[in-house]
Amino acid sequence: MISSTIGIWNYWIVFCLMMIGLFLVIGRKNFLKKIVGLAIFQTSVFLLYITFGKIKGGTPPILNESIDTIYSNPLPHVLILTAIVVGVATTALGLSLVLRINSEYGSIEEDDVSAQDLVDYHDDIETGKNFDLKFKK
Amino acid sequence: MIDILIKNLPIIVVLCPLMMSLLVVLIPNIFFSWALTTLSTFLTFLFSILLYQEIQIHSHISYALGKWMPPIGIEYIIDKVAIIPIIIISGISFLATIFAYKIMPEEIEKKSISKVYSLWLLAIAGLLGLVTTGDAFNLFVFLEISSLASVALVAMGAHKDKQALVAAYNYLIIGAVGATLYVIGVGLLYGVTGTLNMADLTNRIADINNNRALIAGFGFMIIGIMVKAAVFPLHIWLPRAYAYAPSAVSVLLAATATKASLYILARILFSIFENSEDLVNNTLLFVILPLSLLAMFAGTIMAIYEKDIKRLLAHSSVAQIGYITLAFAIGTKASIAAGFIHMFNHAIIKGGLFIAITSIAFYINKRVTVNNLSGLGREMPITFFCFVLCSLSLAGLPLTAGFISKLYLIKASISSDGIWLAVLILISSALSVVYLWKIIEVMWMREGKKIVKKENPTIYISLIIITFLNIYFGLDASLVVNGSFEAADKLIGDIK
Repeated sequence: MISSTIGIWNYWIVFCLMMIGLFLVIGRKNFLKKIVGLAIFQTSVFLLYITFGKIKGGTPPILNESIDTIYSNPLPHVLILTAIVVGVATTALGLSLVLRINSEYGSIEEDDVSAQDLVDYHDDIETGKNFDLKFKK
Repeated sequence: MIDILIKNLPIIVVLCPLMMSLLVVLIPNIFFSWALTTLSTFLTFLFSILLYQEIQIHSHISYALGKWMPPIGIEYIIDKVAIIPIIIISGISFLATIFAYKIMPEEIEKKSISKVYSLWLLAIAGLLGLVTTGDAFNLFVFLEISSLASVALVAMGAHKDKQALVAAYNYLIIGAVGATLYVIGVGLLYGVTGTLNMADLTNRIADINNNRALIAGFGFMIIGIMVKAAVFPLHIWLPRAYAYAPSAVSVLLAATATKASLYILARILFSIFENSEDLVNNTLLFVILPLSLLAMFAGTIMAIYEKDIKRLLAHSSVAQIGYITLAFAIGTKASIAAGFIHMFNHAIIKGGLFIAITSIAFYINKRVTVNNLSGLGREMPITFFCFVLCSLSLAGLPLTAGFISKLYLIKASISSDGIWLAVLILISSALSVVYLWKIIEVMWMREGKKIVKKENPTIYISLIIITFLNIYFGLDASLVVNGSFEAADKLIGDIK
């Protein structure tokens, strides 16, 4: 029992990271911290893929003379290279949005931002202010 | 020459917008970047019609990317099911691009317009790739291409209203969590079966019974895709993203974005997991059916109480997605066909409504809310007329496209002993008349102050075309209906 629990300790780490990341995304009100959480969440998935690509005692997948060499599966690693690129793009886009939110709202706390949004929303409905396009001036 | 083109069509449909997006970003001129975008969406539409004709002959086209044979290499599959979302996406994006010509410079500064068109094409390429690919991991890549591009497009609405930024941020975070959940699912499936090819997955899953990793993988995949498809209660990103995006982007996203994900949902449920019937049937009965019913009512009720018209339409989209997933949940051949019929019809209905709202927004130069619509019906008769026709279509009145989808949905639910489902569908449709009537009443019955301003004729071209489609597919639905029944036949024909 204990040996099988410890034997899959990689999966335990994946599990913990995944929950930490997901908690940060859901529980934090700060836009920046949410992105950190998202990055952790995605990293846990990278680790998950890499873990089941590895075989105990397996070598790198290089062709050699002996036929019965056990080698690790390289495909998950390649998939994760793609996923890392996607993760970097997501983080970059998220950070640039946070920058813009900060300059428009003066805050990156969800509570402040949604309070301002609510005021805007009611303004739109009651008074119906005209579109104010900054670049057209 | 033509032979080579036909042989490579599955990849060309995706590559055409993808490559053009790289080219468009280099063109600083507004007109030329628009013209190139239109050209490429037109070509994509043309290619997808060619594909449609090919499908009528071969019924299943498999394309090995880079000549790496499946299941090792990435495979692109086009069959009678995939062709429906392909036609929807390429057709609507062509219409939306024509529509965007005058709209884009009004809302986005000149120097970034070519970049926006580039993102626009990237989003379309992502959606098309999502539908064509037959590889579970490749699907994730396209999922992220389309959603990152649409997030950036939504954020471009910030010039008009800063809420677009928060909307885009929420869309990004929720969408990224959804996509990551999907990847976890794919990873678990790969761990169990050792393959990523969808057709191969189907075969290998058949040999594995009651594996817990398999069931967990299935759950992760379904939830991830449901986030992207905005199935209630995972729809929170949708209303704001559609409401605060630039007008042209709203039209494109509302009509196409969730359709591709809904198609993937159908594909996972009925194609990849077709051999684990218990698992799928339980999911349909205990997860998707109740959620669809909730979506139908929650979306409609939210729309009734909403005062901002673009948000109202977005809430109504949530309800309409509920109808489509309900059709999948019933799980008979007729109901799945009804789901595909509604997928097509909803695309043209919502496209039309969003175009009409844009036309109004430019006329009054404000956000369109219930309060500032008074009397506009008399001032802009063409827009009003098209808006009313599309609304009738959404509510499902006879002679419109919406009627056909409701008819087949109700027929399918009655024939599968779900009379109470048919009653619920009818009640929800009746409720949708409430919010549509609210808009029409204000536009037509109330007196408003005169705004004398010339209307924008370029909007009318797309508006009239799409309204015409609404009527045409209401009068003669044989094309859509036959296509959808063939698709349903292909999806679950072997089992039920």
